[in-house]
Amino acid sequence: MRLRYSDVTPSTLYLSRRELMAGALALAAVGGDAASTTAAAPAPAGAALPATPNPAYRVDDAPTKFEAASTYNNFYEFGVNKEDPSRLGHTLKPRPWHVQVDGLVARPKTFDVEEILKLAPLEERIYLLRCVEAWSMVIPWIGYPLSALLKQAQPRPGAKYVEFTTLKDPEQFPAQKPTFFGLGSLDWPYTEGLRLDEAMHPLTLLTVGMYGHVLPNQNGAPLRVVIPWKYGFKSAKSLVRIRLTDTEPKTAWNKAAPQEYGFYSNVNPNVDHPRWSQGTERRIGEFRRRKTLMFNGYADQVASLYTGMDLKKNY
Amino acid sequence: MTARGRAALKTAVWLVALVPLAHLVWGWWTDDLTVNPIEYVTRQLGETAIRLLLATLALTPIRLLFGVSWPITLRRLLGLFAFFYVTLHFAVWIVLDHFFDWRTMGDDIAKRPWITVGVTAFLLLVPLAATSTTGMIKRLGGATWRRLHQLIYVAGVLGVLHYIWLAKKVLVQPWVYAVLLATLLGIRAWATARKLSARWIVLGSRG
Ligand code: HEM
Repeated sequence: MRLRYSDVTPSTLYLSRRELMAGALALAAVGGDAASTTAAAPAPAGAALPATPNPAYRVDDAPTKFEAASTYNNFYEFGVNKEDPSRLGHTLKPRPWHVQVDGLVARPKTFDVEEILKLAPLEERIYLLRCVEAWSMVIPWIGYPLSALLKQAQPRPGAKYVEFTTLKDPEQFPAQKPTFFGLGSLDWPYTEGLRLDEAMHPLTLLTVGMYGHVLPNQNGAPLRVVIPWKYGFKSAKSLVRIRLTDTEPKTAWNKAAPQEYGFYSNVNPNVDHPRWSQGTERRIGEFRRRKTLMFNGYADQVASLYTGMDLKKNY
Repeated sequence: MTARGRAALKTAVWLVALVPLAHLVWGWWTDDLTVNPIEYVTRQLGETAIRLLLATLALTPIRLLFGVSWPITLRRLLGLFAFFYVTLHFAVWIVLDHFFDWRTMGDDIAKRPWITVGVTAFLLLVPLAATSTTGMIKRLGGATWRRLHQLIYVAGVLGVLHYIWLAKKVLVQPWVYAVLLATLLGIRAWATARKLSARWIVLGSRG
């Protein structure tokens, strides 16, 4: 089933768009049924996951409809189209699941995901999500700061970076099967990385749920990171390994197209992607573009991480 | 081919070529254009445009390879439909995507090669559409008209380049179109080369 626009749009916006389109196309005569097609949203799939809302981390804009956030996804392990992850997500088995925390740490350990869930109190935080493709969403995530896990592992003095690795298993991720000359494929497994201070930043969320429920497979079950001031692809999904290192980790999109995707990939309206402007974005469910904010609106919390850095060079 | 056969064929092309548009209108009507409708519509129109452009460019190679010439009667119709979809594609970008924000659009055209070549391809197709009538062919004269209409090769190449440059590096689809276009143009080049070399042989045997 393809998602309807009305499923993700507040009815007022939806109506104004409809009227606008109707006017533009001179088809106004039949617009009257618009409101009645705005169906009540079904409850999110997956088990409920209790979490305490953290009022320090919320945004004023209304959250994106769950149906949009769970059907319009970039998750190339399932395929290159936005609908592939929700269509094929059932092939991923999020239990049993282990994640290895190792590298330059005093206490390396392989965690069962159930342990991860109990390691720190679960909070609900409403974050902005900005995709490098110039669209955005507002999502209530459930998790706790990644720093809680990293502190347990005790980073050693030489540790400067954190590398995240997504599961590699073609049985669970159909698009990881070998393709003709590697066409249409990234270099699996998907890896991402952060500087250690970015990883320890209170905004960086180790995430296990969204919209009050366990993370759907297509959104990176059973656990992922969410780094709201960076483009979405930095927030690696379905993690099996978190490794601390002294060298900058290689990241999947940087390997595929180094001129387009740098290591930092901070949301920055002043540094264009070679193929499109990053100055504006389309909020899913809205009609007109919005201005993109520096660090996706989190500048007062994260700008100090980058003082003295040339962000045009370190894109 | 009989006149009635030609009419039936053209009706069929009309129907097939209008399916993608009908699909979008239906999607708009039933509110079924995905959660990012503007992107979806832009892409559907672009995809249809490139397909029709390649279909237009396929008719002569079909004649060259298989010796059937009736498809040539569809060239004008297919070419005009290709232009129609490119125009809609462009219009959606101007009206729905950027809402007449001329500064941003000008910036995009100047700065982003994939948009520069897209707009160029569109502009190259304008004189072709404008001179597509039988009256215009007569006014220009066959030779001039044919030379002018060779611009469609350039538009085809730029259209494919537009897709290659806009798509993420790992996508396959643009390369499929690139291979198709190269094949179609290759067949023409091969036929032209053969004709030229045949003429050389004739000339040579005379001298
Ligand atoms: C002969 C002319 C053109 C052809 C054949 C063409 C074809 C295409 C194709 C095949 C796509 C990709 C569709 C897909 O992803 O499935 C596309 C996308 C696009 N085209 Fe064009 N196009 C042309 C001209 C233009 C012009 C003049 C503009 C406006 C400046 C334009 C703007 C776009 C945009 C914005 C996209 C979507 C990019 C994205 O979503 O990432 N195109 N076009």
